[in-house]
Amino acid sequence: SSAMDVLEVKFIGDGDALEHIVDKHEGVQSSSGSVQKMVTLKSPAGRRARQDTDRDSDEHGLHGEQDYVQALGTDNMDEGRSYLFFSIFEHIVFVLAYIASELARTPAKTVTFSTTPDTEPSTPTRTGHSEKKVQFVSTTPHRLRKRMTSEFNIEEEEPSKGLSAALYKTPAKKSKNTPEPLNQPSMVEEYFEAHGSSKVLTSDRTLQRLNTPKLDRETLVQLLEGKPSCYSKEIQQLHNKHRAHFSKWMLQLQLGFSVLVYGLGSKKALLEDFRASHMDREIHLVVNGFFPSITLKSILNALTCEVLEHGGSFQTPSDQTQYIAQTLKDSPDLHVYLLIHNIDGLMLRGEKTQSALGLLASLPNLHLVASIDHINAPLVWDQFQQSQFNWLWWECVTFQHYVEETSYENSLLVQQTGALALASLTHVLRSLTPNARGIFKLLVKFQLENKDNPSYTGLSFQDFYQRCREAFLVNSDLTLRTQLTEFRDHKLIRTRKGADGVEYLLVAVDASTLMDFLENEEGD
Amino acid sequence: SKKRKAASLEDHFTHGCEGADNSQIRFKLCQALWDKIKADTEVLQDELYRKILDSLLDFTRKCSSTRRHSDWASQMRASEIPTAALVLGVNVPDHDMTFQSLSELLQQSVTPFVASVQAKECAALKHLMKRVLERIMGTVVDVDDEDEEDVEQTSAQLHKSVHCSLSTLCDWYSSKTKKSSTGTPGKRRSSPVKDDPQHPPVVIIFKDLEAFSPKVLQDFILICSRYIGRLPLMFIFGIATSPSTIQHMLPHSVSSLLCIELFQSLSCTQHLATVIDKLILTHQFPFKLNSKVMQVLISIFLFHDFSVRNFIKGIQVQSGSYMSPRSVCCAVRRRRLCICHPSREKQEAQDQVNLLTNDAHLKVLCQKLVKHLCKYHKNYNPVLRCLHTLSSNLPRYPLGKQLRELHFICLEKNVWESEEYHTAMKLLKVQSKDELIASLQRCVDILQLVKSKKMKKALVQLKELLAKFMQLDAPPSTEDCVTSRVRNLQKKTDLFQLQKTLLEMNESRRAKKLSPFESLRNETLEFIDGLVKTHLSPPESHPLYEVCYYSSSTTVRRHLNATPRTSIQAALSCPYYYLQNESLKTEDGTVSNAAPDICIAYKLHLECGRLINLYDWLEAYATVVSAAEANNPDSTDFGKVEEVKHARFIQAVSELEFLGFIKSTKQKTDHVARLTWGGC
Repeated sequence: SSAMDVLEVKFIGDGDALEHIVDKHEGVQSSSGSVQKMVTLKSPAGRRARQDTDRDSDEHGLHGEQDYVQALGTDNMDEGRSYLFFSIFEHIVFVLAYIASELARTPAKTVTFSTTPDTEPSTPTRTGHSEKKVQFVSTTPHRLRKRMTSEFNIEEEEPSKGLSAALYKTPAKKSKNTPEPLNQPSMVEEYFEAHGSSKVLTSDRTLQRLNTPKLDRETLVQLLEGKPSCYSKEIQQLHNKHRAHFSKWMLQLQLGFSVLVYGLGSKKALLEDFRASHMDREIHLVVNGFFPSITLKSILNALTCEVLEHGGSFQTPSDQTQYIAQTLKDSPDLHVYLLIHNIDGLMLRGEKTQSALGLLASLPNLHLVASIDHINAPLVWDQFQQSQFNWLWWECVTFQHYVEETSYENSLLVQQTGALALASLTHVLRSLTPNARGIFKLLVKFQLENKDNPSYTGLSFQDFYQRCREAFLVNSDLTLRTQLTEFRDHKLIRTRKGADGVEYLLVAVDASTLMDFLENEEGD
Repeated sequence: SKKRKAASLEDHFTHGCEGADNSQIRFKLCQALWDKIKADTEVLQDELYRKILDSLLDFTRKCSSTRRHSDWASQMRASEIPTAALVLGVNVPDHDMTFQSLSELLQQSVTPFVASVQAKECAALKHLMKRVLERIMGTVVDVDDEDEEDVEQTSAQLHKSVHCSLSTLCDWYSSKTKKSSTGTPGKRRSSPVKDDPQHPPVVIIFKDLEAFSPKVLQDFILICSRYIGRLPLMFIFGIATSPSTIQHMLPHSVSSLLCIELFQSLSCTQHLATVIDKLILTHQFPFKLNSKVMQVLISIFLFHDFSVRNFIKGIQVQSGSYMSPRSVCCAVRRRRLCICHPSREKQEAQDQVNLLTNDAHLKVLCQKLVKHLCKYHKNYNPVLRCLHTLSSNLPRYPLGKQLRELHFICLEKNVWESEEYHTAMKLLKVQSKDELIASLQRCVDILQLVKSKKMKKALVQLKELLAKFMQLDAPPSTEDCVTSRVRNLQKKTDLFQLQKTLLEMNESRRAKKLSPFESLRNETLEFIDGLVKTHLSPPESHPLYEVCYYSSSTTVRRHLNATPRTSIQAALSCPYYYLQNESLKTEDGTVSNAAPDICIAYKLHLECGRLINLYDWLEAYATVVSAAEANNPDSTDFGKVEEVKHARFIQAVSELEFLGFIKSTKQKTDHVARLTWGGC
């Protein structure tokens, strides 16, 4: 069709897409002509099925793609009508699905959606609402690409001019003939674009649509184990490459530096290898900083009790660090190696912890090797601490999965928390008396009844007592109190003092898990 | 050190390739060299801080002595706590060093009772008090004789657990001073307290005043002022910003209890300049930095921390990696190539063959070349300084204000070919006699210290030139012809005639013979120019420069000023860069669908706004991955979310969460919040 020639298939940055969509949204909401069509479009599989019926299968390549976009907007021009009626979030779905299909379909296994937008205007060319011709033009990939070439040209030693250039490389090749497109939003604008409105512009689909909305940890591990690891050869090569630096690390540690490894991929195996090959004969301590319940105190205790074999206890961590510092100063021949996986771990991020660690690292005979993973990890240290740590940074990209590091994250995107909490709930409940179980279920039911009430703060003790009495579960408020104490000890419930000074009781588990819990209980 | 260097270099060449003993020697030499550098810098820094430290010491001595006077003014003073406000600047990491040497000096020469406290350890008054008591008593224990130590320690421990107040300190202090005044003569010798052995002051150093909580500080000062009669207290405030912070932190009622004197420390740039001067621009140390590396270090200093300590650390890093066995071996190998390279094309073919095959021959040549390099350094530095003295007071500083800037230019290219040099020379050509003589005099002073033959010769020449300048009297009359013409003009002439004469005059002025001063000036500048051309060539033009120069600026940058986030994002968006697998090879800025899961998830998440719908994300991910698995796109299974994919997706997403790109949110069901924005 003639529309096809005019068409520009471009990769869309979310920000830009949003912009267009918000514009059109008000104007077209009323026209609701082809909802069905839209629905078929939403899933790529469905789309293909439709297309296959429509056209020859060998024409499946780029034409199909264009057709897709046409269907979304442009080809309806002929009919003089706009299809731009979908609500905003569906656009986002479209964007995602579109990119995904792009990534998926290109036979050369590369994606070529980043065609240079330089020659095109970077805003949609619209000739009034009557025509509704939309060009999906993206600015993002260009910008992205530029940034990549500028930031990621890490390796080559190229001459640089000026001071700042010496620090941060100027792009090796600034795409030869591309004048900066004028109306590209800056980083600042992008920020406000993303955070400007409190409206959430995403689809309402949830994981409940899946056959198995939630995977528990065991299935997850099982599934992942079965999967063949891709690029294991290359990953091993990377590992060996880093291994070659081990003796250098050792030298630098002895010279008074601390070694800090960073880069994508779990560095636990690498550091473990380092420990096994170079530290085995030295006194060393390994700290898993990603462990959710690690504390400064436990690290210091390990140092004083296990390493320095000191029996006594300490009042404050600073006393303890002082003691360690003094002991190490008194015995300069004693060398202690401290290896911290994820010194930026959730529990170690605190200022006090870091300054204590910094103090330890500054001791001449305590040698520190650590790894960081969080993208903002360096913000943990101020100038003073950095000079205390005396870091030497080593880039160690390993591409290994963060299996152990992420296994503790109970937030694991909803799939996990529920299963874990549910398991612990059932487990604890099983050990209780039937009456106690009844009491707990009563609380759960009440909470579920109120789950849509945002101002629900919990069940007050008096109310609860009344209900329990009515159900013949308790005979005095003392019994209930003892029972509640037990719940609290098992971390089943939380109490909160309300504004009126009355105690409110809450089960600190989300509603869906509670629902599952009740179902299970009823099933038993 | 010269001998050591010769030995080390010789070593590299006699042993050639690696060997255990060989690398050991090399390491020892490297360490020896570094130790020397370190010791020298320490001495240098001590010297730099001497002035301010001396004045601080004087201040403490004065305070402790005025206390005993009984005149009215000092009585008035006696109720105030003497306080030194030490303005140190923002180069925080270096402060530690300063305070360290300050408290050491104080302990050596004024008082054994010194306690330094940091804001970090003094969140409440109680802690502050505790630290002060601990440290003052602790130091005493250290200084004292062996037999007393046990007693003191137990008492200190007792004290720690029992009560922690200034009155205990007072009691302790009075008992202490009494003891020391009746002490054995041997002990007095060990503690060199000169002016007031009976009552040395108790000095408390607040390392970072700004960080203290004002409340704690105020209370502490109020309490201290109560005890000032019994306890000769003294404060030293370390201030990073400006002295007015004291006024901001302390109300008048409190600050009036202090008798504040201000001390300004050396600025960090000055400090750096001296360090560069003494450490880098000297032939003493064979270890040199090339221009890029220097620039990296300087920019870290100027843009990041203002820390001379970190600057020195940077040098240490390089010396370490430079001298490490492997790099030297490479250097040796490269050397062979380098010698055969066009730079020495004069050599005959036979000679070259000799070089490649005959080790002895190679050694002889290398020695020769290294000696040449040493000479080059010996001459380079004084000439650089001379050029700097000449150019540093020119308007607009074409060759830079600081010596290091000129050094950069010289390291990078032939300075005499640069634009800046030409402007400088032009400006010098119009400089007045006085200025020129003054700077030449300074050049003479510089050259006088150098012992090399060539520099001595240059010195003689320069002195001759100076002498000529001195002899230069009032310029003899060259204006004769001009004046006569002007006289001619006074006759009656027509307009045409006038024009002609004026033109002629103009011409003659242009072609005018130079005055003796001017010609002498030109001669001098030519002489300087000659010096510059022979001695300030960049090191790269000398064979074997790699022996001394460290050139890997990226290594330095990556180890000192790393950008972990960039690295992670690079790995996520261009995995091929790290995993050299052909299937990952892609066009600029794109990601192959065969990339690791986390890369695909990352790429997809870049397209989302503030919140990401997990379901959509998962679906998009599944589509991509299905394609990578080469499923038939027509099959109904295509892009379907099966369990393995789901699991892989969960893993990728939780890894992204671990890296800090997203976090879970309760704003909407099954959504995560994105923590970065835009396309990166």
